Amino acid sequence: MQGLSRHYGPVVALDSLDLTVRPGELIALLGPSGCGKTTTLRLLAGLEDADAGQITVGGKDITRLPASKRDMGMVFQAYSLFPHMTVRQNVAFGLRLRRVGAAERDRRALEMLELVGLSTQADRYPHQISGGQQQRVALARALAIEPQVLLLDEPLSALDAKVRAQLRDQIRRIQLEVGITTLFVTHDQEEALAIADRVGVMRDGRLEQLAPPTDVYSRPATPFVAEFVGLTNRLAGTVSGGTVAVRGRDLPLVDLSTPAGPVTALVRPEAVTLASDSSGESGPLVGTVIATTFLGATSRVTVDLGDTTILAQLSTSDATALPAGSRVALTIRPDPVLVSADAPIADEG
Amino acid sequence: MAAVSPLSAEMSGAEAKGTQPRGLRAGQRRRLNVFRYLVFTIFGLFFLLPLLAMVRFSLQGKKLGTWSLAAWKQIASYKGPPPLLPAIEITLELAVITSVVMLVLVLPTMIWVRLRVRWFSRVLEFICLLPLTIPAIVLVVGLAPIYNKIERYNVSALMLFWAYVILALPYAYRALAAGLNSLDAITLSEAARSLGARWFTVMFRIIAPNMWQAILNALLLTVALVLGEFTVAYLLTYVNLQVELFSISRNTTNAGVLFSASAATLLFGFALLLILSYAGRRLRRGRP
Repeated sequence: MQGLSRHYGPVVALDSLDLTVRPGELIALLGPSGCGKTTTLRLLAGLEDADAGQITVGGKDITRLPASKRDMGMVFQAYSLFPHMTVRQNVAFGLRLRRVGAAERDRRALEMLELVGLSTQADRYPHQISGGQQQRVALARALAIEPQVLLLDEPLSALDAKVRAQLRDQIRRIQLEVGITTLFVTHDQEEALAIADRVGVMRDGRLEQLAPPTDVYSRPATPFVAEFVGLTNRLAGTVSGGTVAVRGRDLPLVDLSTPAGPVTALVRPEAVTLASDSSGESGPLVGTVIATTFLGATSRVTVDLGDTTILAQLSTSDATALPAGSRVALTIRPDPVLVSADAPIADEG
Repeated sequence: MAAVSPLSAEMSGAEAKGTQPRGLRAGQRRRLNVFRYLVFTIFGLFFLLPLLAMVRFSLQGKKLGTWSLAAWKQIASYKGPPPLLPAIEITLELAVITSVVMLVLVLPTMIWVRLRVRWFSRVLEFICLLPLTIPAIVLVVGLAPIYNKIERYNVSALMLFWAYVILALPYAYRALAAGLNSLDAITLSEAARSLGARWFTVMFRIIAPNMWQAILNALLLTVALVLGEFTVAYLLTYVNLQVELFSISRNTTNAGVLFSASAATLLFGFALLLILSYAGRRLRRGRP
């Protein structure tokens, strides 16, 4: 996609987007509502027309091709199986339009249903199967036509957490098995980080960062990415000489060219460790535990530092030893941190 | 045990509280059921008594209180003018033509507007519902010059279908709109298009088959309207079944024929609607 733009009246949904997806790669587009991720997918599928820009697949310009001729398989957020057709007929529908013979059509449909583990449900109607199964059938239907690109528009958002995690893993397994180029749109960062080869974080119709999940998380390109992907403490700091001083500690900078001066440092909760403090002394990194949120294997502890609060992510066993009201001493791991040029704020975000 | 007792006590309390509303609900339900049956009976009698009276009059013998099938036999033997059987025939043909034209005109338009020109949906709704606000007599005044010209070419009463399509439009529109609203037509169409379907396929192989019940309802309403239409046909001097019945009542010496013919029309209408409804259920069998 080159210079792809789309406006809805005065609203800019997509602002000159450039994105290249490598063959066989799965890219997850992540971003808040209205950032343009679904618009990107719809432009690619031909369901909407771009105001400007070019879409090329395998060297062929498809910008002006109608959706029916684009050869894209798409799975939608809403259940989109045709209610009057059985599961098998749904999967075979695209093949039927391509005039594939009945026997071959049936064989391919069953093969695809086998792939998503639903061959036993072939003769059921959509209303007779669960939401998760419907989305798996929709995936089988999209794959049956052997599309050049698979487009997944928040296909898991209507499902409950457990089914969602299972289906997410299944999508990734199938994508790797089939080796299909895939664009996956989601607003769930965990989903994007878990499934993608590269994650594209979008904001206001622009791509803020496109990088492997680990880079997006640990080396965010912009403050927006840092804050959108994972939790971030916003702490007042001062940049000087390639480091930022945060509450008396010097932390290395991600961007060494950051100009000197007051900034807001974005520190991950897992970079903060806590230890019980019985000295009774006060200091910039001594505070009181005010709340603990149990998350399973880990817990998130909120510490009041007097002028601000800070989040720390600890193993649950460590967090249990620090009940609310405990005095704690904080240590900030010297990971490279990103700073925001916004006016420094007292409260963490 | 000491820790358990208060909990048990609380639970017992909750259960006790729980049974009270259930008891109240049962009482309310009983009262509601009585009310329902009462209303159903009153309205049933309101509709049924005149129908029963009509059937009784149609079976009235020459002497008061006697029974006879003469009026029913006279339906077939009534020679007119105008003759009865051609009037029935023309009404049935009108029902079929009106239904087909209405469906061909309204169904694709509604699907197209829903999928492609949503901004037009309010205008379409207004246009389709407009005939509800126009009294039949006003419609006839407007249509009369056109039909006067048509009559010069000595065309049959089948030409009434134009007016009947207009009359049936609001009912058919409402039935079809209900069907269309029950579908996520946009997502279904986008899914079909992404699989390679063109607009024609989307409309007639994806959206329309999921609207069978709505289509059937629209057909039922249209047929019912055509079977019972009198004003337009009479004022435009065409003869359909209702005009024929009116004519019989004025021309025959046996008033019972009017009642037997009316009852026959009703029975015929019910039978036709039942057949359509049954056909619809057969089509839907096994589907959502």
